[in-house]
Amino acid sequence: MEQIFFFYFAFVIAATSVLVIAMRNPVYSALALLIMFFHVAGLYVTLHAEFLAAVQIIVYAGAILVLYLFVVMLLNLKQDDRYHRQWPMAAGVGMMLFVEAIILTGMKGWTAPLVPTGSETTVEEAGNTEVIGDVLYSTYLFPFEVASLILLVAMIGAIILAKKDLLEVHSNG
Amino acid sequence: MTELSLRLAVSLAQIVAVMGIVMLTVMILTLAERKVLGWMQDRMGPMEVGPYGILQPIADGLKLFFKEDIVPAGANKAMFTLAPILAMVPAMIGFAVIPFGPNVTVNIFGITIKPFVISDINIGVLYILAFASIGAYGIILGGWSSNSKYSLLGGLRSAAQVISYELNVGLAIVGVLLLSGSLSLVTITQAQAGGFWHWFIWGARPDGFFPIHTQIFAFVVFVISAVAETNRVPFDLPEAESELVAGFFTEYSGMRFAFFFIAEYANMVLVSCVAASLFLGGWNAPYPGTILGYAGLEQLAWVENVAWFTLKVYMFLFLFFWLRATLPRLRYDQLMRFGWKVMLPIALANIVVTAITAYFFPR
Repeated sequence: MEQIFFFYFAFVIAATSVLVIAMRNPVYSALALLIMFFHVAGLYVTLHAEFLAAVQIIVYAGAILVLYLFVVMLLNLKQDDRYHRQWPMAAGVGMMLFVEAIILTGMKGWTAPLVPTGSETTVEEAGNTEVIGDVLYSTYLFPFEVASLILLVAMIGAIILAKKDLLEVHSNG
Repeated sequence: MTELSLRLAVSLAQIVAVMGIVMLTVMILTLAERKVLGWMQDRMGPMEVGPYGILQPIADGLKLFFKEDIVPAGANKAMFTLAPILAMVPAMIGFAVIPFGPNVTVNIFGITIKPFVISDINIGVLYILAFASIGAYGIILGGWSSNSKYSLLGGLRSAAQVISYELNVGLAIVGVLLLSGSLSLVTITQAQAGGFWHWFIWGARPDGFFPIHTQIFAFVVFVISAVAETNRVPFDLPEAESELVAGFFTEYSGMRFAFFFIAEYANMVLVSCVAASLFLGGWNAPYPGTILGYAGLEQLAWVENVAWFTLKVYMFLFLFFWLRATLPRLRYDQLMRFGWKVMLPIALANIVVTAITAYFFPR
């Protein structure tokens, strides 16, 4: 049963990802991306990571993609094919990833398999929201703080970009 | 296998019941809004169809059903069809995690069911937030696909508004989550049992009366942001009729229009249910226990609990109408400034204060 769900989600994720870059109309691309986000969330649910699934939808589908759609509509890019001329670059990146995948599959037997630190039952008992909170503020505290610092820098950058005109006017006058 | 099919049948029956109640409430609301607005403006409201106009919703429904379905020339047909569905489904799906009554279990045909709780998932609040944010797609796509300036402007306004105020809704809830220690609406409601001073709007600890964890500021932010998120007056800029004809659904008619309409009202019911569950104790009565329980009718106590929940929800719905009759529409820059410079700092300060008091005076 789980296998069936996994293959369904995997197939739809792959198919809609291709559609995102293959569609000529940017609004259709954004909608394909929306369907993909939902299926990634579904994949998280099959892994018993309900919290991640909900956050995936809130953050990506609910906020980021709405902003994309917003920009696409404001610019009214109708069937712009400028962005479909990047195949040499895409082929290069794709080739690298393909070689990497082959090497990793070949090396499967050589390296020790990853041992998960917590079992699924401990997560189920504590509730996965609590477990994520615990791990985020103990084991991964440093990456977490670095991520928030990066976000702060981005925020300051956005404010400076938006206030640029005001500063120039101020210095002139 | 029979047990599985029985469970499926029970779940389906619950879903049908909740859908039926929500649609019935929406019907009542369409009439109640016109009646309440009428009385507030010293009019009678609809009086023609049935005694005191109580059959008006049925007449409206029939009219919408038989109206011609118009798709404007130059509209994107697929998106034009998809948009009302994308608006309606998220509004309906959120009711799956609302606890309408006490978390009691009933044995029927050898299986245990919870009649008033369709689904008690441990991320209930996030689930509602997630689907509430998806509702914006219906509005944006409806505005874009109509191929009309008014619709597009309405859709864009709505996108900006929903994103801004969704943030405030999420932050206002955090205080309650800190206090209850759970994302499940059932657990949150159970944490508020035992009298109105334990409701999170007052926020007394389980052993006292002093409102040390009061969430009144979060409650105000939540209610105002919820009004903005459902695109109601005074935040109804996406459909401001004096400037944008009807906003994002200018070009819609017949049942497609009805879908947007039902979605708006269903969203109102949903945020009212969430506000009642999070801040006003959900199904709990404002006194400890239930009167029917004290009278020795413990098995009928659910009637009282469900009645209190219904009363609280309708109180919020009445507030929506009251605001509409009282307040003029905000200007767009006022709306944005209010959301980001007034609501957001209050919500953030509430989180800090609640975190500190919850740390020093744990529940």
